[in-house]
Amino acid sequence: MPIVVQRPRLTIAEKCYFPAIMKGLRITLGHAIRILLRKKKVTMQYPEAKWDDHLPEHYRGAPALVTDEHDRERCVSCQLCEFICPPRAITIIPEEIPAGDEWQKVEKRPKIFDIDMIRCIYCGMCEEVCPEQAIFLRKDYAITGVSREEMVHDKKKLYEIGGRREGLVNKWNELK
Amino acid sequence: MVASKDSGENLVSVQVDDHWISVPRGTRMIEACKQAAAEVPHYCYHPKLTSPGNCRMCLVEMGMPPRPSPGEEPELDADGHAKINWMPRPVIACANTVVDGMGIRTQSLLAKECRQGVMEFLLINHPLDCPICDQAGECTLQEYSVEHGNGQSRFLESKVKKPKNVEIGPRIRLDDERCVLCSRCVRFSKEVVDDDVFGFVDRGSHSVLTVHPDRKLENNYSLNTVDICPVGALTSNDFRFKMRVWFMRETKSLCTGCARGCNTVVGSREGKIYRQSPRENNDVNSAWMCDTGRMEYHQLENPARLTEPMIKRGKKHRTVDWPEAICRAARDLTKFKGEQLAIIASGRMTNEELYLTRTLAESLQPGVVDIVKREGEGDDYLSHCDKNPNVNGARKVLKIRSPGSKLKSIRKRIVEDKIKALLVIGEDLIDCGFTEGELSSLQCLVSSHIIANPTAKMSHVVLPGAGYAEKRGSMINATGRLQRLNKAIDPPGQSREDWEILHELNRAVDGCDGVTELADVFTQMASTLSIFKGLSLSRIGDLGVDVMDTGETVPLLEREARRVSEGLIVG
Amino acid sequence: MNCSLASIEFSAVLIHVIKIVVLVFVVILPMVAYSVWAERKVSAIIQDRVGPNRVGIPFTKISLAGLGQPIADGVKFLLKEDLTPGHVNKLYFWLAPALTMVPAILTCAVLPFGSELFGEKMVVADLNVGPLFIFAIASLSVYGIVLAGWSSNSKYPFLGGIRSSSQMISYEISLGLSLVPVLLIFGELNLSTIVEEQSKNGWLLLPLWGEGAVWNGGWDRFFLFFPACIAFIVFTTSIFAETNRLPFDLPECETELVAGYHTEYSSMKFALFFLGEYAAMIIGSGLIVTLFLGGWSLPFGWDAGLMKMAGNPEQVPWWLGLMHIATFLGKVIAFIIFFIWVRWTLPRFRYDQLMKLGWIVFFELALLNIFITAGILILTRP
Ligand code: SF4
Ligand code: SF4
Ligand code: SF4
Ligand code: SF4
Ligand code: FES
Repeated sequence: MPIVVQRPRLTIAEKCYFPAIMKGLRITLGHAIRILLRKKKVTMQYPEAKWDDHLPEHYRGAPALVTDEHDRERCVSCQLCEFICPPRAITIIPEEIPAGDEWQKVEKRPKIFDIDMIRCIYCGMCEEVCPEQAIFLRKDYAITGVSREEMVHDKKKLYEIGGRREGLVNKWNELK
Repeated sequence: MVASKDSGENLVSVQVDDHWISVPRGTRMIEACKQAAAEVPHYCYHPKLTSPGNCRMCLVEMGMPPRPSPGEEPELDADGHAKINWMPRPVIACANTVVDGMGIRTQSLLAKECRQGVMEFLLINHPLDCPICDQAGECTLQEYSVEHGNGQSRFLESKVKKPKNVEIGPRIRLDDERCVLCSRCVRFSKEVVDDDVFGFVDRGSHSVLTVHPDRKLENNYSLNTVDICPVGALTSNDFRFKMRVWFMRETKSLCTGCARGCNTVVGSREGKIYRQSPRENNDVNSAWMCDTGRMEYHQLENPARLTEPMIKRGKKHRTVDWPEAICRAARDLTKFKGEQLAIIASGRMTNEELYLTRTLAESLQPGVVDIVKREGEGDDYLSHCDKNPNVNGARKVLKIRSPGSKLKSIRKRIVEDKIKALLVIGEDLIDCGFTEGELSSLQCLVSSHIIANPTAKMSHVVLPGAGYAEKRGSMINATGRLQRLNKAIDPPGQSREDWEILHELNRAVDGCDGVTELADVFTQMASTLSIFKGLSLSRIGDLGVDVMDTGETVPLLEREARRVSEGLIVG
Repeated sequence: MNCSLASIEFSAVLIHVIKIVVLVFVVILPMVAYSVWAERKVSAIIQDRVGPNRVGIPFTKISLAGLGQPIADGVKFLLKEDLTPGHVNKLYFWLAPALTMVPAILTCAVLPFGSELFGEKMVVADLNVGPLFIFAIASLSVYGIVLAGWSSNSKYPFLGGIRSSSQMISYEISLGLSLVPVLLIFGELNLSTIVEEQSKNGWLLLPLWGEGAVWNGGWDRFFLFFPACIAFIVFTTSIFAETNRLPFDLPECETELVAGYHTEYSSMKFALFFLGEYAAMIIGSGLIVTLFLGGWSLPFGWDAGLMKMAGNPEQVPWWLGLMHIATFLGKVIAFIIFFIWVRWTLPRFRYDQLMKLGWIVFFELALLNIFITAGILILTRP
């Protein structure tokens, strides 16, 4: 059922905007004056004071890869995150896990996994789409660098940020 | 609305999901549903193979008109058809044929529940492999479980473990846990390529697909099983883990491995080809292609690809820009007249390129024009013994009577110093028996290649061309069918599509020729050559048109036609 | 004076050059830079934030309330990587930013920013057709935006360019028409003379002294006050639209068009657009001040009084000249703050509302206003 929203009928005074504009100007002026008279507490002074300790669990900082309790890299390079990433920040080149490797049965892993942090918009789509629970947005938010290359997080860096996560669903265990 | 009584001799009326359609007698129920735009999900059924009916995915509800007792008039519904009595149990749509007055319900509760049940059984032991499975994205198991599945597993026990990652042939890997036991691969190998290597062993939920213990799946058509496998049980070693299917752009093109001209789909992403697979064309290659042809695209990745035009200075080649290279080539070639000049073209060139070579020859007036013959081994299926994909085009467009017959005399006349200049397009002459001594005695050697081969090394001017998936054009295959090549990726670096190179050469030699794009070349060709009359590049279409009668037939298609007439397959 | 002809010309040229250089590089450009600072600061206090408060004198801890910020911004703009996307039309892509900045600065040539200093008129070009010159030049700046939108060869800038051109063309009409009553009242097109007139006989919006005051018989100005107010409102609003400022900043409306016509620009080329917009705002304020609020003149006829105090009725003393310049700048700055205040108060119009306002309300109102003014003039100044 479509809901019909009746537009309110405006009086002439309302139609010519002026009273409303004046009202708006008055409100903003009020705020300005209150700040100028230091009657109100304002924002945090960033580099000295930080919110880091108060960041909620679901905070969306830099995306990173994680390993499981056996230090196995969880990512199997399915490339779904590469596909879903809106600004195409992720580049993955998969490879086959060679015979003799402890985790040979997983068959596939990323050879190259790059996230271009200049492109990343911290949307968290990659985390949401990952079928292996391998990529998470961590709490790091001040990602800086002096060159483009530096801003590309490679596999090593991603595992460094991500670290190990235990207690996630593990479908590669013995029972499967 | 066609009433059943008025229908023609060979048409029968069938009700599909409450709509009456008329289809030829003997049509499979699944095909009738398809015509009524009601797709029936299926695994084991493949129109080119026999129907064992073993997957049960295609279960539908069926009904028949009651057989009236003598003298009794059947009860009619509003459309004038006999009323249908629906049967309490479902039937498979793939192996049964329709009869007059039959009713099919693909969306009824019964049909839906059947599908849901079959899906649940199939998924009981299926691994959670999608993230590492190459089939993901084009897997019918994935698709059907989304459309018809439960969304939740009720299975609490341990899954059955089966062999994974087994090399069953040089090009193919088998994962038994993913196999849905549809037997398509078994039937393909047995019926189409007469190489009965597959079989099922063990029983119940332990039943697995395997190859004969002493044999391998190594026939030249083995990769077709990967295409028809509805799941990721059979995967190609070549494509394995290279690219996810959803990233690839698919370009309809042709295989240029031999004169058969199998229709293909080229999958590429960001300027790189990842795979090539057959495209159904019932006049050329049915739904198959050979493994050799599939791997053809690797030649485009050759590290020795030429990427820039070059001119020889002293002993060394120097890269130059296109105008300079073309200018130099035209200036050098026009210095030589008639008998002093020869052109060696290639049966791998498209009709358009051949035509531009012909116009070039008209202005340069060379003594000889020939192409290189490329004989190889053919087989009794698709692969043709003529490995030049467009010899018929060369015959018609370039007026070559007997390909390769003049090469000997060219060599002789080079030695006699009668031929002083040579234009070579797309061929390596050293490979065709010319010696380096002969080539170095030439005063002018202009050649176009895609790879830095010995001929390119000897050439005074080298013009880098495009590989078969990097250009557009048309070709005529062994049975006389005109088909279209399409461009999947860009040629690397500065190299260009060959028709552009020839077009520039033409212009440099002869001034303007009224051509701005490839389609213009075809139009000009259609106005000069009778076999192309009334055609244009776009009118060739995806499946091509027959333009000449060569009297040749395709052995594989003939056998397929026989099986169709025997009612074994749908075709 | 017995100088040679050549030297007279040379000194005149020199004086003009000095005026131009001082005006552009000492007044306008720093003002542009600091109006950006003001914008950030005002928006911050309106939104209960702090605003730029750190950058001060480099390598010290002295922050001067963030007054170093514009300089840091400028340095950043200069040092940023200058991208020219591969798919753009290079020539026009480069031309566009210049075409927005140059007209904005050119128009300040005719604005009288002070009375006289050492006998020299404080205006670069004392044209007899000041307002026309301004319209002629200001209308060129639309090319900058259209070219930017078109040459970027990308959808958002293109839409931004189209929006901006239709918006600027529409509002130019009401801008021009709303000015006609003012010119009728003064009977004059020279901006310097207009200001002098206001200095003597009361500002257009404050006719409280000289011949403009009612008690001195200025009944005409009393009746003309009403049309003058209409002209003021229409003119000011149209200036908002002309300078693409909120609530009329649809060409670069980020919710719909990313950044509008300058989406593909970066570094100094972007800065030129950015600064061009502020320069246009400053010139716009200057124009409003000149026409309606007496330009450099002091209120209540104090000019005449101070002149008398100085003694020499022919020569404006230097301190008064400086005071006039300061007055002008003070008025302009007040107006800029008003611009900023409006921006952080009002939401953006919808495009159809914007066009409707321009064509259906302001155009008619401005037209009507001309006739009202003309009627009053006929009746009160026979
Ligand atoms: S957070 Fe979003 S933008 Fe960043 S890598 Fe993940 S999907 Fe891409
Ligand atoms: S979605 Fe997860 S498993 Fe797949 S490639 Fe990305 S991180 Fe790896
Ligand atoms: S066969 Fe299909 S369902 Fe099974 S793992 Fe592969 S993609 Fe997934
Ligand atoms: S391997 Fe594939 S084609 Fe062969 S039986 Fe199994 S699912 Fe069917
Ligand atoms: S498709 Fe009919 S039983 Fe398999």
